[in-house]
Amino acid sequence: MKLPIKLSLLWLLCVLISCVFGPLFSVYDTQTIHWDAMATEPSQVFWWGTDVMGRDLLVRCLEGGRTSLAVAAVATTVSVLLGVAYGIIAGYYGGRVDLLMMRMVDVLYALPFMFLVILLLVFFGHSLWLIFVGIGAYMWLDMARIVRGQTLVLKNQPFIEASQVLGQKTRLIIFYHVLPNLTSVILVYATLTVPQVILIESFLSFLGLGVQEPLTSWGALVSEGAENWQLAPWALWFPALMLSLTLLSFNVLGDGLRDYFDPKHKDI
Amino acid sequence: MITLVVKRLLLALPVLWLILTLTFFLLRAAPGGPFDSERSLAPEIEAQVVAKYRLDLPLYLQYGQYLGQVLVGDFGPSYQYPDVSVNQLLASGLPVSLTLGFWALLLALTIGIPLGVWAALHQGQWQDTTAMVVAVGGISVPNYVVGPMLIAWLAVTWRWLPAGGWQGGEWDHLLLPIMTLALPFIAYIARLMRVAVIDVWQQPFIQVALAKGLSIKQVMIRHALRPAFLPVLSYLGPAAVALMTGSVVIEQIFGLPGLGRYFVQGALNRDYTLVMAVVLWVGLLTVIFNLLVDVFSFLLYPKLRTQEETS
Repeated sequence: MKLPIKLSLLWLLCVLISCVFGPLFSVYDTQTIHWDAMATEPSQVFWWGTDVMGRDLLVRCLEGGRTSLAVAAVATTVSVLLGVAYGIIAGYYGGRVDLLMMRMVDVLYALPFMFLVILLLVFFGHSLWLIFVGIGAYMWLDMARIVRGQTLVLKNQPFIEASQVLGQKTRLIIFYHVLPNLTSVILVYATLTVPQVILIESFLSFLGLGVQEPLTSWGALVSEGAENWQLAPWALWFPALMLSLTLLSFNVLGDGLRDYFDPKHKDI
Repeated sequence: MITLVVKRLLLALPVLWLILTLTFFLLRAAPGGPFDSERSLAPEIEAQVVAKYRLDLPLYLQYGQYLGQVLVGDFGPSYQYPDVSVNQLLASGLPVSLTLGFWALLLALTIGIPLGVWAALHQGQWQDTTAMVVAVGGISVPNYVVGPMLIAWLAVTWRWLPAGGWQGGEWDHLLLPIMTLALPFIAYIARLMRVAVIDVWQQPFIQVALAKGLSIKQVMIRHALRPAFLPVLSYLGPAAVALMTGSVVIEQIFGLPGLGRYFVQGALNRDYTLVMAVVLWVGLLTVIFNLLVDVFSFLLYPKLRTQEETS
């Protein structure tokens, strides 16, 4: 395993553990305002300093990471489930079903979907669950296309044909023969979907359309930090660094997995 | 060629219609209206306002009327900025967004392509590693992190450039937003270009050209660059959409009066006509851009033409 991939895995593990368990062990919480310590630099009392409202930054970054990672996990799951199911059905049944289903994907592609996601979020309130679902519903198109392409290739392989001739049920062929052979592709693209989802969530939060107080996320923290960076520059740097390194790690990991499973892959 | 353009434009019409319809009904289905405010209006006045904008008609009639209006290029009045039509708002916002996008794309191409070629020619060496680390970084660091960072250093600490504002399109005001917007595209184009050049470089015709004694520079410019450019060209279609969404953030950070502001504000204020117009324009620009990309790839790559004809 190459060094960048090792480092990425290490970073992601650290972030995951500290975001999930960190807030439990912190003496501070995300909402307590320390009136005597507003916008203080990183110190022994507040390791990452405090923001302009006098709240401990470290625990806020960890909580924000929790939200961002949770959004990423749920939205990626939604997009994987939708995309894989859709892609397998279109690819396996082929013919007219395939044509119709893929034309639908083409049409959805042509819509400026990011704008529709923003619309959905604005109009159906600031529910965190809708953010998950909206983003997942936006991300599944790529997965559907890739899975369909792979399924088309698999479908004509001798072992699948043998299974069909033996009279195996389609449902079972899909579960026992098609799906296991898709795992590497799904794994790679799921890994590459995660940073995109985190990016979209933080983009929406940055515009003030995503996560709302008292919840926070990396995007919301960067947004707050950017507003007040002259008073408390560290409130911009720390969340920005955490967000960027995490995105970087997921990208490196995804690229590495792809090279591992498919050394001949030409696209980037 | 002309049949291609006509065919694509005809295909674009139903897509645009779908965008319009979907946005229209999505907006109307949403709770809240354009005239809801903290201080509620007297019922008679509200009824008059609603009647003035014909919002009291049944939905299908409103939809029909709106469709008719849009077909003749009239996007109607804005609900939040009285006395100004949506067309006027667009006329002021669109040039800003387009200027930003155009220069960012140009910058991305002029930096990304040489960077990718350079990395490919030094494949596996430190130059390649450096370029690709920079490229993954450029893709990973979101532009709303890059923007404030550039402002903090270049505008505030060193005072080289103004921190924001439009100022009638002065170049020094645009430099920072364009750089910020271009960064992820530079990174992506460099990666695309690197892979493509490495790929093309192994082809026999390149080996022949090298064996004939042409210099690497000559082979690159005369033979390798054109085939290696195809992936970048195809990426420019999706890039157009990404530029639009990217510029929403950039406009907010740098205080630029572009379309993005109207879109987010309009959506929050339920300014139906304004939001519809922005969504439609983004859709239209995407269609136009994809068409341009297709036309260019047909001009540059005759092989694609025969493929299209036979398919």
